[in-house]
Amino acid sequence: MAKAHINPTRMELTRLKKKLATATRGHKLLKDKRDELMRQFLDMVRENKTLREKVEKGINAANKNFVLARSAMPEEILNVALMAPRQEVFLESQRRNVMSVEIPEFEYKTKTPDANDIYPYGFAFTSSDLDDAVKSLQDILPDMLRLAEIEKSCQLMAAEIEKTRRRVNALEHVMIPEMKEKIKFIKMKLDENERSTQIRLMKVKDMMLEQAHHYSEKYHQA
Amino acid sequence: MYKIAVLGDRDSIYGFAALGLDTFPVKNAEEAAKTLKTLDDGQYGVIYITEALQLALEEEIDRYTSEYLPAIIPIPGVSGNTGLGMRNVKKSVERAVGSDIIFNNDN
Repeated sequence: MAKAHINPTRMELTRLKKKLATATRGHKLLKDKRDELMRQFLDMVRENKTLREKVEKGINAANKNFVLARSAMPEEILNVALMAPRQEVFLESQRRNVMSVEIPEFEYKTKTPDANDIYPYGFAFTSSDLDDAVKSLQDILPDMLRLAEIEKSCQLMAAEIEKTRRRVNALEHVMIPEMKEKIKFIKMKLDENERSTQIRLMKVKDMMLEQAHHYSEKYHQA
Repeated sequence: MYKIAVLGDRDSIYGFAALGLDTFPVKNAEEAAKTLKTLDDGQYGVIYITEALQLALEEEIDRYTSEYLPAIIPIPGVSGNTGLGMRNVKKSVERAVGSDIIFNNDN
């Protein structure tokens, strides 16, 4: 440890002690933050997992339906049917603060008042498979949006947890031990200085007494 | 007010247009990278992207993981589920916890 550039003074000692107190307090707070974040993260990530399984299954099913629909009707008619969407989806996003991590909360709105108003084509020229396909996709849209919200939150929280964990570890294993070491070093140095001053004073006293009373001469004569 | 974008090959995403999401069909990864850049203008809150493209654009997408928005979410394309989306979830668990404790290495 680099002790060479610590000033063994009382001022430095007070400064370090204050710093240590702050670091210890910060460490405790960060540890609490990490634990709470972790608890919430684990709940969320579990939901993320089940939701993703559901959405992936739903999209796969919808894709199958679309393949069926495409096989049942000419390409051009399909293109025309889906060319001009009638519905539009907007997101309203709100920030929620979880242990200083801002996570999004989505609320979605559709352009037409009826959310099920999704078929942008007349039913005359298209196969009913297309209706089924569009419907199956529509059914999982709410889950997809919830998935987006949760997955983004998980990513943001994971980043924050990683950061917090690093800080906790840095404080616990580097900063705090280092400061304790420094404080100990200064204390020892100060004690040592005090002892040497004491000895010096005793020695000087001896010498002064010797000068005043000539004890050693008297002792030799006797 | 945000919109929702879907990015991928045409066959995988054309159905989403009917629901009122904005679809951006692309043919290859370069085109997708360019489109993704244009989508990053604050208009879009969520961008769904097919797993195949997510794999190709991993670097670009990683830049957005610590941003508040947009949320870039992989979805399976028409060619089937590659498990990439799940792997992403697993990755964030590993990032947060240090090791994977949710999936128990089953994929």
